[in-house]
Amino acid sequence: MIPRDVPAIDVTHVTVAYREKPVLWNVDFTVPAGVLLAIVGPNGAGKTTLIKAILGLVRPAAGQVLLYGKPYREQRRLVAYVPQRGSVDWDFPTNALDVVMMGALWGIGLVSPAWSRERDMALEALDKVKMTDFAERQISQLSGGQQQRVFLARALVQDAEIYVMDEPFQGVDATTERAIITLLRELRAQGKTVVVVHHDLSTVPAYFDWVTLLNVERIAHGPVADVFTEQHLRRTYGGNIALLTQPFHAEERSQPYV
Amino acid sequence: MFDLIHTLLSSYTIRTVALGAAVLGVLSGTLGCYAVLRRQALLGDALSHAALPGIALAFLFTGLRELSVLLLGATVAGWAAALVMMLVVNHTRLKEDTVLGMVLSVFFGFGLVLLSFAQKQPTAAQAGLDAFLFGQAASIVERDVLTMAVIAAVALGLMVLFWKEWKLLSFDPQYGNTLGLPMRWLDIGLTSLIVVAIAIGLQMVGVVLMSAMLVAPAVAARQWTDRLGLMVVLAGGFGALSGVIGAVISSLARGLSTGPVIVLTVSLFVVASLVFAPNRGLLWKWWRHQRNRERLQGAVQRGELVLGVPALDETGS
Repeated sequence: MIPRDVPAIDVTHVTVAYREKPVLWNVDFTVPAGVLLAIVGPNGAGKTTLIKAILGLVRPAAGQVLLYGKPYREQRRLVAYVPQRGSVDWDFPTNALDVVMMGALWGIGLVSPAWSRERDMALEALDKVKMTDFAERQISQLSGGQQQRVFLARALVQDAEIYVMDEPFQGVDATTERAIITLLRELRAQGKTVVVVHHDLSTVPAYFDWVTLLNVERIAHGPVADVFTEQHLRRTYGGNIALLTQPFHAEERSQPYV
Repeated sequence: MFDLIHTLLSSYTIRTVALGAAVLGVLSGTLGCYAVLRRQALLGDALSHAALPGIALAFLFTGLRELSVLLLGATVAGWAAALVMMLVVNHTRLKEDTVLGMVLSVFFGFGLVLLSFAQKQPTAAQAGLDAFLFGQAASIVERDVLTMAVIAAVALGLMVLFWKEWKLLSFDPQYGNTLGLPMRWLDIGLTSLIVVAIAIGLQMVGVVLMSAMLVAPAVAARQWTDRLGLMVVLAGGFGALSGVIGAVISSLARGLSTGPVIVLTVSLFVVASLVFAPNRGLLWKWWRHQRNRERLQGAVQRGELVLGVPALDETGS
């Protein structure tokens, strides 16, 4: 069902504009299957827009995105989305398990009486993110990191081939960061492809295999060892030296969870 | 007491009105949960005001005061208003609240013009058409209640059928899109139901107060539970109860019109819930604050806790 000879994600000449100003300009890259890819760039670089274009949530003015050789519309089942935590109202009257079960709500399946299967899948996913104890907890009572893990579990329920995550590490605790990293590696070991919008330059080499440096245009794209260079970062972030020097002294300051 | 109940039950008007109000309360209460959770409380207000020209036009075209005909007019006008709002928001730089406000006043103004025009018609049938402004529950007959009940039953059935989908729509619509669910159609369907709920409430509470019937039961119910299912059931119950209580009160006292009394009753539910509900209620919060304070002070007195600025030690930590 899933062809292995084509790239998991193939972005060609994608341009997106809100009003007149382009947010993404002629972005081109391909991602092979089984890779952990970080999308990195300054604020307003179009990172979120790029993943929304991959997910078909934003219609590009030009260009196209192919997932395993076909447009998103035909490949929906293969893609799972982990939105930014702040994109929903966590005071919504529901619990963690219920949110995770939303991931099982695919297709036009109207009334599905057999809830137990979905429930089992959801509990299993919660277990993978170490949230079993919080299954029945009202979602507003969860910490930011726990909320993030609920979103991850919801995506896991979809059992997708491509996972697209918008800043999953944003403002989470150490436990959650470790849990996410463990999860990303498990997914990679299963041959899944994970695209992560990422903010913390210092952890890019430790956490990811591939990186896309983005600032409206694609600055560089490829394996971290090849393209995560000071020269490329300088081009991505402009003259912001403070940000630039950070990743190269990072090992001394903070230990990424390896 | 039993005499009172007997009188109430044996009075055709009171029975009909109370029943109609209960049906309306259930429908608007349950649907209102979605409106509140989706932060669309004001949408209900705009849609109910926008229904007025629909009622007036339906009457002017058909010359009938049949509830189903007027409901159809109200529903079409409500839909038109929702459509106009969507188009204006999507194609201009105007913000949603601005558009809501504009559509509300334009449609309502148009409705008032049509209403005053209809009043001048030589036929007698237009009598009481202005009751739709503030509602006139006493004008409800058994057949109207039946119409309302059928519509409400269909709406509740749809709510059960699309339970998971509409929950997702209310919580995280964009994620629903990525699942391949037709979120736009689910949105249109839900908004249509709200339009219909508003339409059937107009005869009872009128265009001006109708949005309270949507918002208030949901707000009250949210205070008591953290589960959507229970919230919807509670909101329906609060709505129905307010409807019945309001209908009975207004029938016992002379000169109290039913619609406003129902709205006041449901507002009492809101106030009581805001104050007394466990966890989310004001009293509860106040009590918890007091308890924490006492505990903290007790700990300080027993020397278990030292308040104030801690002295820096050599390590400076």
